Amino acid sequence: MKYDVIIGCEVHVQLLTQSKAFCSCSNSFGGTPNSRVCPRCLGLPGSLPLPNRTMISSAIKAGLALHCQIAGLTKFDRKNYMYPDLPKAYQISQFDMPICTGGYLEVTVNGQKRKIAITRIHMEEDAGKNIHAEAGFNMSYVDYNRTGTPLLEIVSEPDIRGAEEAVNYVQSLREIMRFLDISDCNMEQGSLRCDANINLWIYEGEKRFATPIVEVKNMNSFKAMRSALEYETERQLEEWREKRLTLQAAGKTTRGWSEQRAETVLQRMKEEAADYRYFPEPDIKPISVPQSLIREIKQTIEELPEQKRKRFIQDYEITQEAADALTQSKALCDYFEEAARGYNDPKRIANWILSEVKKLLNEKQITIEQFSVPARHITELIHIVDDGTISGKIAKDVFIEMAALGKTATDIVNAQGLAQISDAGELEALVEKIIRENPSTVADFKAGKQKALQYLMGQIMKATEGKANPGVAVELIKTKI
Amino acid sequence: MQNIRQLTLCGLKQALENKACTSAEIVAAFKQAYSEDQCHAKPLNAYIEFFNDSIDSARHADTLRAEGQGGLLSGLPLAVKDNIMIQGKEATCASRILKGFTAPYSATVIERLAAEGAVFLGRTNMDEFAMGSSCEYSCYGPTRNPLNRDYAAGGSSGGSACAVAAQLAPCALGSDTGGSVRLPASFCGIYGLKPSYGMLSRYGLIAYGSSLDQIGVLARSPEDIALVLKAAAGHDPQDGTSAAADVEAPFPLTPLEFKGKKIALVKEFTEKGVDPEVYDITGRFAGWLKEQGAHVVEISLPLLHFAVPCYYIIAPAEASSNLARFDGVQYGLRDEEAYSLEEMYVSTRTKGFGTEVKRRIFIGNYVLSSGYYDAYYKKAQAVRSLLSRECLKLFEDIDFMLSPTAPVPPFPLGSKVDDPLAMYSTDMCTTFANLTGLPALSLPAGITKAGLPVGVQLTGGMFSEKSLLQAALSWQTRGAGL
Repeated sequence: MKYDVIIGCEVHVQLLTQSKAFCSCSNSFGGTPNSRVCPRCLGLPGSLPLPNRTMISSAIKAGLALHCQIAGLTKFDRKNYMYPDLPKAYQISQFDMPICTGGYLEVTVNGQKRKIAITRIHMEEDAGKNIHAEAGFNMSYVDYNRTGTPLLEIVSEPDIRGAEEAVNYVQSLREIMRFLDISDCNMEQGSLRCDANINLWIYEGEKRFATPIVEVKNMNSFKAMRSALEYETERQLEEWREKRLTLQAAGKTTRGWSEQRAETVLQRMKEEAADYRYFPEPDIKPISVPQSLIREIKQTIEELPEQKRKRFIQDYEITQEAADALTQSKALCDYFEEAARGYNDPKRIANWILSEVKKLLNEKQITIEQFSVPARHITELIHIVDDGTISGKIAKDVFIEMAALGKTATDIVNAQGLAQISDAGELEALVEKIIRENPSTVADFKAGKQKALQYLMGQIMKATEGKANPGVAVELIKTKI
Repeated sequence: MQNIRQLTLCGLKQALENKACTSAEIVAAFKQAYSEDQCHAKPLNAYIEFFNDSIDSARHADTLRAEGQGGLLSGLPLAVKDNIMIQGKEATCASRILKGFTAPYSATVIERLAAEGAVFLGRTNMDEFAMGSSCEYSCYGPTRNPLNRDYAAGGSSGGSACAVAAQLAPCALGSDTGGSVRLPASFCGIYGLKPSYGMLSRYGLIAYGSSLDQIGVLARSPEDIALVLKAAAGHDPQDGTSAAADVEAPFPLTPLEFKGKKIALVKEFTEKGVDPEVYDITGRFAGWLKEQGAHVVEISLPLLHFAVPCYYIIAPAEASSNLARFDGVQYGLRDEEAYSLEEMYVSTRTKGFGTEVKRRIFIGNYVLSSGYYDAYYKKAQAVRSLLSRECLKLFEDIDFMLSPTAPVPPFPLGSKVDDPLAMYSTDMCTTFANLTGLPALSLPAGITKAGLPVGVQLTGGMFSEKSLLQAALSWQTRGAGL
């Protein structure tokens, strides 16, 4: 059966502002329940919201990075619904005048680049958390700490053509938000949440049928997202084969991904869809966004991952794979560029960072920001390999010591006597001794056996604890025999 | 001092400054009057609660005064409507759903008045959540008109108006969303100002219709209103809709010279539906203005016919959202018998809200529902914008607009409670000021044959409080006795 998978994503991103969206409470994760609250975020009678400027500038930043139009005039609206975790019984959101509209994000799947259109980005506040006591206790609690956390909702057009592309799209969004430093986009902590609308276009001859749209929720990791959307594709295919249900006939339903059952579970039918009775928030005046502010914010946007990749490949002549790996975070990019600044072969720096540095970070479970070795120390380490002070093999041990002791490579090499013996005079006596002690091997070498040379080298390395400069030693052996 | 209760706020200020009495004596006098009224066969029911500790605040003010300290309102008493929060006091909006709710913080207006030394006498009665025109929709029972106890005091700030008129307080704070300060001021024969939208901070005023609500002041003298404005007005960073710039405080007040002033008598508010006695009193007031040298012109603004319908869409729409938070979860009434969340919501709100509040919540949710939004809410907003534009244009040409405050004199208690449309039409002349944000003042202009007060309303351009109060002072000193 010929079909297309049609996916549109609604991504919620928690902003890293100092304070909450409409009050001055600290915006952070967790904390003792109901310790970060005030009359405004608790929605107490008489309290009024005051919009956070940083939330607005973050939204503009995101909009500019995603090639959106920034509205000259924007406003907030109330989305009305009752739930214990929503203390005002409405969410301050944006309805018909969102701050950003009409952008796009480029994703690469299987080497193919595609533009995913972004319908809109709007600002809103997060709800609190309901906590239900164990069964039998018949108690529920509400933690309002998260209430009022500023969010961006980024809505895509249904341009995404499959689970892989959807994951790629959200990962790219995350990358950009992190580069802009407006969100940490941690899916497990919920600072990035994605809901997807998915259905299939099924082709039968000249005809095209659309299956009912399903909004998939509760995808709490990229793995879950991929599994959920793949599962949903299969489920809709099967449902089509069995029932031939179309969008026109069945409308839209909501399903949640269940990690344990590895399937999507029906949550809400079309008839239960809520009427949010949106209307303009009378407590906040419409906000005009002057061009000068947009220009100002534009100037604060540094190079984004896609641009960085292009430049790395061009300027440093590194591979696409290396560029992809380095642009995983802005800090890693900065680390690489600082290390490469003092060195004429950036490829070697990139390899070092992507192999040795990455390996150590993984072992220690830390990020590059938490790494104690400054970038310029990596440059120095590679320099002393190049000038023959130490071998590449020893360099790896020195690197471990650098991270452990917080010292430079030169300090470690000097303190521990790790420098290579490159002076022929220093090695001469040793080489002569080894030749004397191994007459049969020398005979084999003379007979043209290469293995004999390796054996003699091994003896020299053993005697010098690996510090003999291999090039100098080989030359000496050849001349002495 | 015998006549403490008869003195205006400014008169009491003078008395305190002259050491003719103490603040403690003043508060004691009002407390005694309150207690006496409680023993009346038909108590006025102006106060929901008279604060026992108000005497302590008064003594504190007296101590400060003895030390040469104290602000503009040092030791001066005020009554406060039950929807304006005073930290540590109950704030119930005269609703069962908020009974027992203690304000965790004070409204900005309260903080500013307290900082100037004001003493709060108590919480005054009101229509539940300020929804009503007669002060009968209160879970504490109706407030009576002090001039005839079988008549309504007007609403929703009926308790505040009654307290001031009955000399149970020299001055009171009310709130005005569609006429709620001006109507009871008119019914009780006192002055009542609804300031320009944004003039007084709404922070700590329990919202009814956020885009219309304004705290207002009721007093027996325009000077008292000016004094309170001086202490409480000005930009408040806590309220995003507060006026951006500080507005000139109108105290001390001088009378207005009407010569050369242009005053528009609005046809739409004097033709249909206006009681003949109210019509006559308004006409006499216009005559007095002419005598003073003002140029009184009759104008027509047909759009004003739509003010009441427009108001009764927008106010309930905002109210339906503002009142949704009273759900039994965090504070206020909760039906503990309910076994599910949905049932708790339904039964808490069913038991907690009165009929009129429920009616407006229904209307509000209806006009905001998808499918009806465009026909009602959106259209009402369009009418509102148009009305604002036309009024703005009108005030380029005129100084004041004159109309009756209410189309009818005070009516007997119970006569309109079951007829919502009749009750709503009482707001005929007042809602447009809230829709446009303009300041409007009700002045006591005459007495009906039955001995009931009738007010007239002067509306000014944005932030013209000063000239409105000056005009009222002229009336009080040169005209009111006529």
